[in-house]
Amino acid sequence: MKIHEYQGKKLFADFGMPVQDGYVFEKLEDAESTIKKVQADFNTEDVVVKAQIHAGGRGKGGGVKYSPNFDKALENAKNILGMNLKTHQTGEGGQLVRKVYVTEAYDIAEEYYAAITLDRSKGMDVFMVSSEGGVEIEKVAAETPEKIAKVWIDPLLGMKSFQARKLAYALGLKGDAFKAAMKILMQMYHAYQSIDATIVEVNPLILTTDGRVIVLDAKVNLDDNALFRHKDIAAMRDLNEEDPNEVEAGKFNLNYIKLDGNVGCMVNGAGLAMATMDIIKLAGGEPANFLDVGGTASAETVKNGFRIILSDENVKAVLINIFGGIVRCDRVANGVVQAVTELGLKVQVVVRLEGTNAKEAQEILAKSGVDIIPAVGMKDAAQKVVNAALGN
Amino acid sequence: MSILVNKDSRIVVQGITGSEGQFHAEQMLDYGTNIVAGVTPGKGGIKTLDDRVPVFNSVEEAVEQTGANTSIIFVPPPFAAEAVIEASFAGIKVVVCITEGVPVHDMLKVKKVVDQNGTRLVGPNCPGIITVDECKLGIMPGFICKKGNIGVISKSGTLTYEAIDQLVNVGLGQTTAIGIGGDPIIGTTMKDCIELFEADPETKGIVVIGEIGGQMEIEAARWAKDNVSKPMVGFIAGQTAPPGRRMGHAGAIVSGGDDTAEAKMRILGECGIAVAESVADIGNLMKAAMEKS
Repeated sequence: MKIHEYQGKKLFADFGMPVQDGYVFEKLEDAESTIKKVQADFNTEDVVVKAQIHAGGRGKGGGVKYSPNFDKALENAKNILGMNLKTHQTGEGGQLVRKVYVTEAYDIAEEYYAAITLDRSKGMDVFMVSSEGGVEIEKVAAETPEKIAKVWIDPLLGMKSFQARKLAYALGLKGDAFKAAMKILMQMYHAYQSIDATIVEVNPLILTTDGRVIVLDAKVNLDDNALFRHKDIAAMRDLNEEDPNEVEAGKFNLNYIKLDGNVGCMVNGAGLAMATMDIIKLAGGEPANFLDVGGTASAETVKNGFRIILSDENVKAVLINIFGGIVRCDRVANGVVQAVTELGLKVQVVVRLEGTNAKEAQEILAKSGVDIIPAVGMKDAAQKVVNAALGN
Repeated sequence: MSILVNKDSRIVVQGITGSEGQFHAEQMLDYGTNIVAGVTPGKGGIKTLDDRVPVFNSVEEAVEQTGANTSIIFVPPPFAAEAVIEASFAGIKVVVCITEGVPVHDMLKVKKVVDQNGTRLVGPNCPGIITVDECKLGIMPGFICKKGNIGVISKSGTLTYEAIDQLVNVGLGQTTAIGIGGDPIIGTTMKDCIELFEADPETKGIVVIGEIGGQMEIEAARWAKDNVSKPMVGFIAGQTAPPGRRMGHAGAIVSGGDDTAEAKMRILGECGIAVAESVADIGNLMKAAMEKS
């Protein structure tokens, strides 16, 4: 799960990290009062107006504006709220800005980068810092990898002081700023651990002209599997930032991801679902979605799956590919018959059922009289559904 | 021969009185799996599954009283990590964790513990292991398998079934099929399994099925290049997966570099593995590779 910058900063602040803070507004009529409150509470004339969306690159896209006074801040706030912000992470469609964060401003002397994430190969978390903050870290990694320092953290020991020291030295800090940075890095690790994050990233972490070290941005991704023990964080989920069909699918325990093609597919198991998308492409079609109906596909799941796939108007044909293990094919077949009858499908449906009770399933489909195209094996299924989508 | 489990494995089912545990323990018994015990804290002393399996309060007790040496875990995600650690400290040698949704921070610690204790963990979030006609330690449909000499390794459940089905259709049976799971941190890697199959005299060929995300397939292929004498076929799912989107499995996400399907397929090929471009070609490619060897 992703959360907004202002939410990530709140979590960081709970662990003692010094963050650039402010207030959020969602309605234009609240812009004035929010800016004034930030100016008063943080004793500042200048502020920063920041679009809150779940994508990086907001600054470059025009979603982050330094504002030297109230009038400029209000102008920026009005422009940013409701804008369609395009960044390298949002794709062409962009993302509507529904929340704006007005924060205090700092005079920046240096910008650094700090992040913790999982290193799958090593089976450890890796803490990375760079003296080159405020820019895309991918670029730093590609062009000047020596400017990134890393430590790997033993999961049973946690981060040790010597590791935080190494990272703070790598930033080139001295004196009080060094001590402050070391403390912040330790707090950042504790936050990462305690909230079950999969990524925490601060870009930039700044040194102010008066020698303070401050968290200027916060990217926090959380482990969905651990949300059961973080009810407060789970409540931070912003459904506006997610695809409505994917949210809808989630309610029925379906795992759906919309793609750009015209061949819909419904499959049990993530690996087989990906392989099905791939073979549709090989057969000359383009998959319209990823949809894993999971290990307990029932008539109800199949029906909901159909509804969600067909809400995408690009879909010209649908392939159902089920390899029954725990899932019984006869139940899936009943679901298909029920769905086709109730929903009155306008597109052609190719069905391939293999595994547990596949024979019974084929009989159910044959006897039902519903207009579906049976297939044997994945190659046959892919070819048939692509032909159907092309209108052949 | 086979790998990891066989007809002599003495199985304890952790979470045997839950609905998943009940259903699958029964399926495993029907397959002929040697289940000697179940564990559910608080339910020790009863017998379950038509009085066929005694239930204990702890894995330690189950080991002491039944000589269990292999475990399968069906407990819910909040308790799964601890269940693995309990089995490891009780001296269980092979632990299969079926549970889906174990937090990754838990798995990091679990992985360290099992490595230190010398426990072989398979999973989590996996379909388990089947040694054909001997032991089904998992949730896969046993009837699709046929005894033979191909070892199957896969990150995905249903894709394993698909591969097994294709192998059977071209006349190739299996020794052991193992689903290692699609989470970012798993106990037994693809390379570990290849190493076991290479050492197993009965296994004559190996199928590896991977997917986007992580470096596991590449590490396995590079190792296999210098260490494996048996013919290998590989498939990578997710050629059409868009970057940055998690495709079902927690670990199946393209985050840049070498973890795309394209990159993995290329490297597998460079390491001497016959790569199936289409999922439908896995069986045929293995057949061709076996005839050549």
